[in-house]
Amino acid sequence: MSAPTAAPASTPTAARAAAQLARLSRWHPLEVAFWALAAASLVLVPDRSLLVAEIAVTALFALSLDLVLGYAGILTLGHAAFFGLGAYAAGIAAARGVTDPLLGLAIGASVATAAGWLSAFLVLRGSDLTRLMVTLGLASVLYELANRLSWLTGGADGLQGVEIGPLLGIWEFDLNGRVAAVYSLSVLFLGFLLVRRIVHSPFGWSLRAVKGNALRAGAIGLPVNRRLVAAYTVAAGLAGVAGALLAQGTGFVSLDVLAFHRSADVLLVLVIGGVGWLYGGLVGAVAFKLAQDLIATLTPQYWQFWIGLVLVALVLVGRDRLAALPARLFRRRAAPALAVREAGE
Amino acid sequence: MVAGIRPGIRPSGRHESADSRAPGKTSMTVNRRGLLALSAAPLLAAPAVRAQGASQPAALRVGLILPMTGPFQSTGRQVDAAARLYAARNPAFAGRPVEIVTRDDAGVADTTRRLAQELVVNEKVAVLGGFGLTPLALAAAPIATRAKVPLVVMAAATASITEASPFVVRASCTLPQSSTVIADWAARNGLKKAVTLVSEYGPGIDAETWFKTRFTEAGGTVPASLRVPLQNPDFAPFLQRARDAAPEAVFVFVPSGAGSALMRQFAERGMGGAGIRVIGTGDLTDDDILNEMGDVAQGVVTAHYYSAAHDSAKNRAFVEAFRAANGTMRPNFMAVAGWDGMAMIRRALEKAGATADGPALVEAMKGLSFESPRGPVTVDAATRELTQNIYVRRVERRDGQLWNVETETFPAVADPAKTRR
Amino acid sequence: MLTVLFDGIAYGMVLFILACGLAVTLGLMNLVNLAHGAFAMAGGYAAVVLVNRLGVPFLAALPLVFLLTALLGAVLERLLYVHVYARSHLDQVLFSIGLVFMSIAVVDFTQGSQQQFVRIPDFLRTRFEVAGVSLGAYRLLIIGLCGAVALLLHLAMTRTRFGAQLRAAVDDPRVARGLGINVSLLFAVTFAVGSGLAGLGGALGAEILGLDPSFPLKFMIYFLIVVTVGGTASIGGAFLAALLLGVADVAGKYYLPEVGAFVIYSVMIGVLLWRPQGLFGRVALR
Repeated sequence: MSAPTAAPASTPTAARAAAQLARLSRWHPLEVAFWALAAASLVLVPDRSLLVAEIAVTALFALSLDLVLGYAGILTLGHAAFFGLGAYAAGIAAARGVTDPLLGLAIGASVATAAGWLSAFLVLRGSDLTRLMVTLGLASVLYELANRLSWLTGGADGLQGVEIGPLLGIWEFDLNGRVAAVYSLSVLFLGFLLVRRIVHSPFGWSLRAVKGNALRAGAIGLPVNRRLVAAYTVAAGLAGVAGALLAQGTGFVSLDVLAFHRSADVLLVLVIGGVGWLYGGLVGAVAFKLAQDLIATLTPQYWQFWIGLVLVALVLVGRDRLAALPARLFRRRAAPALAVREAGE
Repeated sequence: MVAGIRPGIRPSGRHESADSRAPGKTSMTVNRRGLLALSAAPLLAAPAVRAQGASQPAALRVGLILPMTGPFQSTGRQVDAAARLYAARNPAFAGRPVEIVTRDDAGVADTTRRLAQELVVNEKVAVLGGFGLTPLALAAAPIATRAKVPLVVMAAATASITEASPFVVRASCTLPQSSTVIADWAARNGLKKAVTLVSEYGPGIDAETWFKTRFTEAGGTVPASLRVPLQNPDFAPFLQRARDAAPEAVFVFVPSGAGSALMRQFAERGMGGAGIRVIGTGDLTDDDILNEMGDVAQGVVTAHYYSAAHDSAKNRAFVEAFRAANGTMRPNFMAVAGWDGMAMIRRALEKAGATADGPALVEAMKGLSFESPRGPVTVDAATRELTQNIYVRRVERRDGQLWNVETETFPAVADPAKTRR
Repeated sequence: MLTVLFDGIAYGMVLFILACGLAVTLGLMNLVNLAHGAFAMAGGYAAVVLVNRLGVPFLAALPLVFLLTALLGAVLERLLYVHVYARSHLDQVLFSIGLVFMSIAVVDFTQGSQQQFVRIPDFLRTRFEVAGVSLGAYRLLIIGLCGAVALLLHLAMTRTRFGAQLRAAVDDPRVARGLGINVSLLFAVTFAVGSGLAGLGGALGAEILGLDPSFPLKFMIYFLIVVTVGGTASIGGAFLAALLLGVADVAGKYYLPEVGAFVIYSVMIGVLLWRPQGLFGRVALR
């Protein structure tokens, strides 16, 4: 899949590269603080556990989109397809008797990964617009499918009878959402570790090369299509995990998980946090969900307006100026490489 | 007068009639709500003042989850307005002051579920109410079971909802109730061939199934059963197919609000001219939008449990009070369900005692019998549905407005979906 | 069933009017404008206000709607869109989605969420029996009007100086600029006309497509399908694609209601896989 990381450090170039990678993947104190705060939230605000669980789900979903959009450069408006697939797979499994949450999670992840791998070839050809359309079309087809196959998915009424067993056989999913919050945060952390590992590996760097200039990357011998397919598949799997988490935490799945606004919202979340940056999805999810919770008590009407305004303002002001912020925060010798600015194309 | 319903009501997430936190907006209806709240305040304070040394009775919090924005907005507004009107008229249930907390789910089932959880856990509501569509009610039912909180359905109409949880009680009606009545009426009035056209989700399928069963039992035939998708419906091809089957009537069920589009397409296709009648359940000729539908709606015969034109003193008083509080908005069947839902809660609380918990309240609701603006109603103890009169009505123009004028009454109709078993 | 074909053609014509502006702006300015539907919605609501509330006759209101929406388009283009021409596609997508959300919220707030209807005059509500096929007057009007517009556009593109300049600029903006063609003015005028046409389409289509605040999102995918399948090189491509789509959609819903909506999406995915630049387009620049 990637150039061997454990290449014998015989050549000085390989040794230098390995050392640089090792240095970049060290944990910054701010990162540790972030995760400590996340864990602490469970104790500090126990009555908002439902919100914490939702933030974790959104963060994981945005992280998966970051892999595809920020690191591989594939413009997609249909990422909710994999989110929805994971949600329905886990939900249907639970409704049919597979009540163990971890098993359900695995099922959701597998279905989404398979779908990602099968549909990856769709995004290889054509321009940005073509990819946009094809991903959008795929998500729409899945939405229609879910609508039609109501014997399987519950159709417009939503999936009924989703029973989630206790986590690891011990902790029941309670009405307060505490267990769901712990569960979601843990899975998010694991997913994050995975993406972090991918990003700080030769494979991850090759992705960035492909994003920067696919033609040149191909010219130096990188298997461009294989890289894109791999990235897309992994991202699809992660999105599926996020969807499964949602299904299990809320005990319910409806057509809404495949709706267009899911794809649009996650794109927005990622953009708010910063594309091409590991914490972009996470920070964006926290900001987005908190703002939504605050403003949503007024009414979703106003919410949609402000979101639109934020988007327009964000684009007009310039995302690259905002993306330069984390570079200053994470000041290192290799800072320019770490702060992946939007190439502007 | 064009769009009779001006979007003057700006629903906010939290509404507590106990404190008049109405934002300083200038729209008429919101000021009225503020006035209502202000006028309710001294009434609410009264029991507290009268309490002699004993501790103040805890407020009864009712959580309403309704689609206050989005395509089913009118449902939410109607139910909310009626529930608040009831609370304003009856500020104390068994001595406890009533607080209504309304939350907007915009018609999305995931949101309903989350709101139900939040209301029960954070706001500590004693009763959940509202639920504008079947998927929304189904999403919240498990929460009611887990939290042991009664869930009063004030709009959704699929028969299976009351089976989703033993805590669900319905204040509206079920589709089998209204569909079987119109089927009976159709058979009795010489209609032999009818095509069904329904929206493809729980209530629509219920309506289609029960209409077909009853109609074919009575000797009629249903040459085609058409199902239109719930989201983004395009009625034209389906109406064309209906026309091609050359029926005498088309039985229609669409969620309330979508009726206008359908009737326009129906008229545009000249189906009325081809001798095809429209029959259906009352969702089609929703009082809220009936006037705007215009003359295409005249002559349409439907069966439902409530018409704003119902001829009783109680109803006239209800309609008048509703209009006084809400501009020119006419109450529809959703509103009366909201009103009756609150009535059920009050009577159950009085029957079971002011400190009754969830299960006791549900028990007390079973068997309740009272007079509603729609007519006499009884809560069936076994099914938790309402046994009520279903009226056959015809759309007619009276005093320049369109009304559903009742022509026949089918008394004490129980939910046939449950009595068959 | 010829009535179905007729209905499909009418539907396709409306889609063409709605989408042709998008096709041209995409081809000309490489601008992914997902907010195109918002202009259509604006046109629809403008028609509602003009006809229902101000009593303007329907046929007279149509050119007014065109002008109003074109004006709106021109204003927004100069104020906002001009800043995103040079940006990446992601930025353009985000920007236009933001505009869509804002427009939906504004319309929802001011006009309410219910479906709106334009009061069409009685003579348009009649039906004609022609050779055993039942045709509605309104749909006849649509076909006639949209056909005329298509013809006008074609003539404008091929027979006028402006059209020649436009085609040159679509082909290669740099060289066109080098020849002294005022490309920014071209952009502005094209955008305005495209938006105006969208508005006209929204007003005409309110009767058959339905008009409510979620219109831009509901129909966005249809416009995009027309544009991607038809390609952005010519108006003719968009025209044929729109007709194809309209007929396929209506026929699909009539003959195969279970499969209905899949037809369009599958057709689109299939076409894009086979020819990513669309049926009639040229290979995209980026």
